[in-house]
Amino acid sequence: MGSRASTLLRDEEIEEIKKETGFSHSQITRLYSRFTSLDKGENGTLSREDFQRIPELAINPLGDRIINAFFPEGEDQVNFRGFMRTLAHFRPIEDNEKSKDQNGPEPLNSRSNKLHFAFRLYDLDKDDKISRDELLQVLRMMVGVNISDEQLGSIADRTIQEADQDGDSAISFAEFVKVLEKVDVEQKMSIRFLH
Amino acid sequence: MEVVCALGHVGAVWVAVVLGLVMLPSALGISLGISEAYMWVLVKTLEWATIRLQKGAKKPQLQMPRTPTANGIIERDETPMEKEIALLHRADFEFSHIFYFCRKGFEAIVEDEVTQRFSSEELLSWNLLTRTNVNFHYISLRLTVVWVIGVVVRYCFLLPLRFSLAAIGITSMIVGTTMVGQLPNGSVKSYLSEVVHLTCSRILVRALSGTIHYHNKENRPQKGGICVANHTSPIDAIILTNDGCYAMVGQVHGGLMGIIQRATVKACPHVWFERSEIKDRHLVTKRLREHVADKSKLPILIFPEGTCINNTSVMMFKKGSFEIGGTIYPVAIKYDPQFGDAFWNSSKYNIVSYLLRIMTSWAIVCNVWYLPPMVRKEDEDAVQFANRVRSAIARQGGLTELPWDGGLKRAKVKDTFKEEQQKNYSKMLLFLGKLSHDMWLDTSALAHGLWHVGCSPQEELAPGSLSTHRCPGQSTSKWLHHV
Repeated sequence: MGSRASTLLRDEEIEEIKKETGFSHSQITRLYSRFTSLDKGENGTLSREDFQRIPELAINPLGDRIINAFFPEGEDQVNFRGFMRTLAHFRPIEDNEKSKDQNGPEPLNSRSNKLHFAFRLYDLDKDDKISRDELLQVLRMMVGVNISDEQLGSIADRTIQEADQDGDSAISFAEFVKVLEKVDVEQKMSIRFLH
Repeated sequence: MEVVCALGHVGAVWVAVVLGLVMLPSALGISLGISEAYMWVLVKTLEWATIRLQKGAKKPQLQMPRTPTANGIIERDETPMEKEIALLHRADFEFSHIFYFCRKGFEAIVEDEVTQRFSSEELLSWNLLTRTNVNFHYISLRLTVVWVIGVVVRYCFLLPLRFSLAAIGITSMIVGTTMVGQLPNGSVKSYLSEVVHLTCSRILVRALSGTIHYHNKENRPQKGGICVANHTSPIDAIILTNDGCYAMVGQVHGGLMGIIQRATVKACPHVWFERSEIKDRHLVTKRLREHVADKSKLPILIFPEGTCINNTSVMMFKKGSFEIGGTIYPVAIKYDPQFGDAFWNSSKYNIVSYLLRIMTSWAIVCNVWYLPPMVRKEDEDAVQFANRVRSAIARQGGLTELPWDGGLKRAKVKDTFKEEQQKNYSKMLLFLGKLSHDMWLDTSALAHGLWHVGCSPQEELAPGSLSTHRCPGQSTSKWLHHV
């Protein structure tokens, strides 16, 4: 029950998560209660099935890719710490964060990290490049059976062609950033968390 | 000897109290004002506790919610996909399209409309029961004292009293209906059956310290009709029977429920289905049609959600009950969560531990609204009619309408919903691709224009318009048909 859940989260842990992710104390406790309610196995970690049980996520064409983003290579459980680290990419950038000193580690919700997160959704084999084939696979997830192979292929070709600067027929992270330079990534890759 | 004697005295007094103060008034349908007095004390105590908690909340170390919305985690972005992506539009596909799906996915992970309806609702203030809110286990000395007194009263006095009442209620229900069942069919039998049902449900409602407010009694379900209500708990049925008899429809259970079902069906035309029969939709519809066709039979009571929801929303109504025909009498039931959580989380608690929780809560307080009868319109199919009835119930009960199937509590979401999303996206992709080839349109004008095509006036005005809910599959599909 709820009372047990909140006693499990120690103050030191909250402090550490706060430092790492930038979430406030009350956001962390509320997200922790969300985490425990998703955790049907009640073992302090979430599995892929726990995520898939959220209907709105299960119907999302990219649901599986999004779920995957929570799990580091080769692992099939994520603890609260890891859960929060991934969520932190979607924290909006606050005014006082923009002017922060440049020496510290880059916050998880920076423009660059948000873009990197999106890039990894396309980069299925994690080789830091989006190949035509990877783009096609992601496109297929998004459109289902509704568009022919031929048509989808030409969409992929055009997209790669437009973004590819060094002529290797694949998109590097730098090229990805360039293509999206005019897009308001800060807003589109943020969720309005309440304080 | 003296101890036995004393015990005997206590027992006798107990029986006298139960008989005199509960059984007789129940049978006669009158109230002695005891429960009213109890409720008055309870309301005052909880008001006092809320004030204490608010005072305590001013201390900085406490995290208390400031506004009703503070129980939420995020504020959702409701921009429709078409608007967001079309505004970015330059060609058919762009890498940025993924942002939309990504954000929607994360919003659902942090907070979603469906799964939270299958767990107990969060309260805005602590109600002096240990089990409620995560945010409320800070306790000041005075509150602790009151809480301890509460525990003693609830477990040492109320629980035994309620337990005896429940036992008496259930026994007399079984015995009474079995006896009435021996009579030949006729008006005497149905009259006596109603008396037994009403008396027993009154006893059972007292066993839950139920305080029920019935509104608009002129709309009470009539014979030969179908009563549909939102579903929070098995006690919904008792709450409704307390004010009039119904023929229940449901699946045959085992154990105690099975014994009650078998006894009551002898006296009253309930419709119980075997597990194998319930799959046979034609048979179910046929038997219900026969029942409705007989105008002398009691109104049928159906909970078309098919599962218990936590008293904050109404989910999809299964269309079966709306295919039968006849008059539908919608009923909205809304419990007051301050006094106890009536929701039965059947995947977490079995019926006995659920009843134990209810019987150790403060009370069951609820409002029942009888809504004006509704009939299916000629141009309406069963699904549309079901949605119209659901909207009426949701509006009256102050509940959120959700298009999702309550069956998601146990089952996975159907693939067709995802396919619907993919279809929407594909349509838009092809449309944008065509536009960028055919003509050079100002992108913002394009988005603006599209948006207007989508919202035809009827859709905006339709009751239960799908525009506010969060199942994008349905909200956007309509829109794209125009494209």
